Amino acid sequence: MKRILPIILVVATIALMALALVGPGSARGTVGIEAGSAMYGLTPKADTPEQAINNLLGNVQRRHWDLAFEGLSKTSSVDQAAFIQDWRGSDGSLRSFSALEGFEPRPLHITNDDAQMRVRLHWSTPVGPMVDVRDIHLVREGDVWKAVWPKVELASVPAQVIPVNYLRWDVVSGGADDQWGSRNVDAPNVRIISMNAVETAEGSVVMGEVVNEDTIPAFVTVNATLVDGAGNAIDEESSFDKIAHVLLPKQVTPYRVDFPNINLKNVKNVRMDEKASLVPASADPVIGVTDQKLDSDAQGRTVLHGSLFNQSGETVNIPHVIASFYDNNGKIVWVADGYVDRALLPQSSEPFAVEIPKSMAGKVQNFHVVVNQYSLGKS
Amino acid sequence: MRRYFLLCAVFCFAGLMFSSAQELRLPDSATAGDDATIPTTGSGKATLYVVGPGISRKSDINLGEEIHLAGQDLRSAGAYLVIVCSSTCADATLYVSAAKPFSLAFILHPSRVPVARNDAVSGVAFPFDQFHNLVQAPQTINFELGAGKSSILSKSVRTQDGAAWFRASSGKAAGMVQVVASLGDISAKRALQQVASDPCNLRITGGRTKNGITVQTEPVHDCTGNPVPDGTIVTFTAAGPQGKTTVDAPIKQGVARAQMPVQGAETVSVASGVVIGNELRIGALP
Repeated sequence: MKRILPIILVVATIALMALALVGPGSARGTVGIEAGSAMYGLTPKADTPEQAINNLLGNVQRRHWDLAFEGLSKTSSVDQAAFIQDWRGSDGSLRSFSALEGFEPRPLHITNDDAQMRVRLHWSTPVGPMVDVRDIHLVREGDVWKAVWPKVELASVPAQVIPVNYLRWDVVSGGADDQWGSRNVDAPNVRIISMNAVETAEGSVVMGEVVNEDTIPAFVTVNATLVDGAGNAIDEESSFDKIAHVLLPKQVTPYRVDFPNINLKNVKNVRMDEKASLVPASADPVIGVTDQKLDSDAQGRTVLHGSLFNQSGETVNIPHVIASFYDNNGKIVWVADGYVDRALLPQSSEPFAVEIPKSMAGKVQNFHVVVNQYSLGKS
Repeated sequence: MRRYFLLCAVFCFAGLMFSSAQELRLPDSATAGDDATIPTTGSGKATLYVVGPGISRKSDINLGEEIHLAGQDLRSAGAYLVIVCSSTCADATLYVSAAKPFSLAFILHPSRVPVARNDAVSGVAFPFDQFHNLVQAPQTINFELGAGKSSILSKSVRTQDGAAWFRASSGKAAGMVQVVASLGDISAKRALQQVASDPCNLRITGGRTKNGITVQTEPVHDCTGNPVPDGTIVTFTAAGPQGKTTVDAPIKQGVARAQMPVQGAETVSVASGVVIGNELRIGALP
């Protein structure tokens, strides 16, 4: 009797370990569907399109690049290096700091020999969770299914010299021997030029635009306080990353302040508070926003899409797009943002898309896009 | 401060208790930093208490002789309570006023102002004596705004309760302005930077290139002719069949320039801040 309990424990442990090794998806995150085994050589056979996708993305998730690449069809027009770079990112892009947290495949159509799957990819990134949607084509090769991977268009920049009239602002503090107040530098003068409050399914949203009216760059933050009928503050929030914080002279940025779970009916007043401080800044890089169009995506959502074109000679590691949307009276009705997960190389383009909620899509008549950028080694 | 009030209360109470005490005849006025003399009546020994801003002193005196208060003890302007106690106590208040102006505190706002803006500049000056007492007696302070050797504004203002102030419109030319507040031979200088105002008559020209279209502004000036500083953002927007293309370009060497990789017929507009410029129509590639 004394030995029975230890024996049961040992057997149960071994059984659980074996289950973990040959069982599916031990390394996947919270959202993904079962994605193959945790060990080399123990991946379930891709005898269905779903299993092929699970194997492929499971290996991508675990960064088993060789195994993942084996899951591609011979008809794929991508080499292994480009395939890896497509998933891992490069040049300090957002993708290179992100991890595939999980995935949700959904069949669009399946025949005996080919299939089309739509996969929602859940990424964990330094700027929060992001969802990407990809359509993957699969074909049967013998008794296994493999993904046909399209050619990965990676930006390639030829060697060149790009002349730049370098323009930046530095801030010099006065010395200790300065006479008090003899020459001050006031904080930049910024102004909120529009504001609107709307209610959404998630709560209340305060949005608008702010302009730097000064001749020097400004670091701007916008805070909003919701006030009830009795004059008490209900909640106070800041625009956080829904704003381009560094504004050059006469530059306009949209801002959005979210108040989750707050009903706008309870709000009597909104107190806005814009704060501006003087910061060193550079006028470069200049990023053009081309081919901006409102359209519907494959899932029927209204999105604003376009391309970012880096006109300068320096790499923009993490481009960030903030778009403001207006109704036919020119009133701002929504502000949306999105990060581009690929780096924007000099003289190259990257596509972007930002979604407009269904409730707002019908009102939108016009829009304006501002590009915020983060570059490694710069504050 | 609390201690000061407590002492005042105690000594006032003592003064009331001994209201039959000898009379103190204080001078009509005393000046900060100057010696003061207080005559006493009667005879015999007494104790002198002096309580005032920055001082609390007790000493023995002889009644019938003058009490000498050293200027060092009267550096701070304000009310001093003087109490003399022998068999009875007598008290009186000595008001010490600030000495003659020695320095000027001058606050100018803002440090940077767009040109041709009404009542955009304000300044306030406070005269102080050498002991840092605010001089509340009326003084005439002269405010002068000048760029280079030319004077933009000169204004004399009498102080009220120790302060003199002015409001002025900014000038029409961008650049540094020196603002001087002076009182006799005392002066304080401040620098005010006048900067260009919003762009005026924003106009663009442009044409098609092999890579799309290139547009540029004419030299950007404000409505008084000052060049708008480099770095000011100008937004170019091209609307065409491909959609909308925007470029936020900074002014460099007086001109903002943008390349737009678009091929179709485009209507290009321009804006800077809240100012809108002209529109330009550029045809498609043949």
